[in-house]
Amino acid sequence: MSLDKDTVKNIAYLARMRVADDKLEPLAGELSSILNWIEQLQELDTDGVEPMASVSDVVLPQRKDAVTDGNCQAAVLKNAPDSEDGFFAVPKVVE
Amino acid sequence: MSKLNELNIASARDGLARGDFSAAELAEVYIQAIQGGRDMNAYITETPDVALERARESDARRAKGDAMGAMDGIPIAMKDLFCTEGVLTTAGSHILDGFVPPYESTVSANLRSAGAVMLGKSNLDEFAMGSANITSYYGPVKNPWKATSGPDQGKDLVPGGSSGGSAAAVAGGLAMAATGTDTGGSIRQPASFCGIVGLKPTYGRCSRWGVVAFASSLDQAGPMTKTVQDAAIMLGAMAGHDPKDSTSAPLPVPNFEALLTGNVKGLTIGIPKEYKMDGMDPEIQALWDQGIAWLKDAGCTIKEVSLPHTKYALATYYIVAPAEASANLARYDGVRYGLRVPGDSLDDMYMNTRGAGFGEEVQRRILIGTYALSSGYYDAYYIKAQKVRTLISNDFKTAFESVDAILTPTAPSAAFALGEKQEDPVAMYLNDVFTVPTSLAGLPGMSVPAGFSSTGLPLGLQVIGRSFDEGTVLNVGAALEKAAGLNLKAVTGASS
Repeated sequence: MSLDKDTVKNIAYLARMRVADDKLEPLAGELSSILNWIEQLQELDTDGVEPMASVSDVVLPQRKDAVTDGNCQAAVLKNAPDSEDGFFAVPKVVE
Repeated sequence: MSKLNELNIASARDGLARGDFSAAELAEVYIQAIQGGRDMNAYITETPDVALERARESDARRAKGDAMGAMDGIPIAMKDLFCTEGVLTTAGSHILDGFVPPYESTVSANLRSAGAVMLGKSNLDEFAMGSANITSYYGPVKNPWKATSGPDQGKDLVPGGSSGGSAAAVAGGLAMAATGTDTGGSIRQPASFCGIVGLKPTYGRCSRWGVVAFASSLDQAGPMTKTVQDAAIMLGAMAGHDPKDSTSAPLPVPNFEALLTGNVKGLTIGIPKEYKMDGMDPEIQALWDQGIAWLKDAGCTIKEVSLPHTKYALATYYIVAPAEASANLARYDGVRYGLRVPGDSLDDMYMNTRGAGFGEEVQRRILIGTYALSSGYYDAYYIKAQKVRTLISNDFKTAFESVDAILTPTAPSAAFALGEKQEDPVAMYLNDVFTVPTSLAGLPGMSVPAGFSSTGLPLGLQVIGRSFDEGTVLNVGAALEKAAGLNLKAVTGASS
């Protein structure tokens, strides 16, 4: 599997990560070599094997649908790069 | 009496109980050692005020007869991946600039309630992604050990990673013990490189709540200590069920120290034949053979076992972990905390922030993970890797039907020089070839110092156990530690 520059640019957009144009080519090379190395998994027959998402065989517990936290607006906003009137502030989304 | 910063947890506990010294005196010694050892770059943030305050609280408790147990007054380093209330938490990344959590991770809170004294936040690879502690935004950590001969003699060596600052701090006398986290070897490999003990517990033994997430199905916190006994003591203070982490196991925490009987007679130890790899360093093979001989002498039965899918573990890991990372790291968007780089639109701001805030290795892994999860490739990469993970886990289940523990090397080499292995990401990934399979299976694994390379650097052996059987892992580790009988004071001069 070999990735080209445009594919890397598209993946970077999907990940919302700015990658400088002159970095795309070397990155395509590095990612391709990693993917080629990973390609070895294809030689294994995994038909009928259950995919493993977690090592714990316990059923995930459910908690009561009750409020356990809150009333801490100031603490929540304390680390925000920008906030206004108790909200996180971001660049204008709607014209 | 030995110098205070050469004590371990068990001996300091006894000294504190006898009143030979106070927790505040102990903290002072370490605060000074840290200030004098800044060249190692083991800490991102030093917290001398927090340390002294907690040490004085510990002394006050002891004076009233309320000392809380073995960790009370013990000075430790906290890997800077654990969120600590009111103390800068960086994960070694630019993107968390200025982030001061308003809450405390469960593991660091447990240690605090046990009386442990936090000296500071230790350096690490950015978001725990790396095997040499060279990807930290705050610069590389230097291993306190130096090669006494060979091509690397006198050079600065890496401490391993990702818990490199924790390992270097313990080995270099800048902390009595430290917390680490391990996703594919990040406790065990740096422990091996720095000549200390590193225990990755069973997945679910320690809560992940408040630990900056890398790969949630693999991440696990554990102790990094000078001795096996210390690892048992410290794990007891870190572990326990936590309703805030749904994957935390609802099991009681055994008294790990009491499980250390020193007796391994009658145990069957598995030696996986697939770990004898082509081109293996003869020194590593010799160390492994020595470990086998020691356990045989201690009364263990040695049995060859097969873990047939071992060779696929790294490739599986490098799909599963980046895929989970790409999802976990989506939260760093410049909106709620950390770095924001302005942009013309919301999308533009996201892209600028994440482009500037993540380092090269983190970007590579986010891109691989995003690609593996993207439409059209999900089945070929992600589901395929999850299926192979099942096969790897089943290998261990089969092996543990006939053995009580498994012995392997921890890492394929001793610590290497800063600047090496940086060109090729895959060459760096191979550092974790012996540790990753255990992580994928969620099993406990511990690295114990077992010998030295011909160039005078420490080398570790790894003991792997059954799920939630840290007790056997600790006992086998203690048997190796006793047989090896090493003097593990870091050799810092090339000529010494």
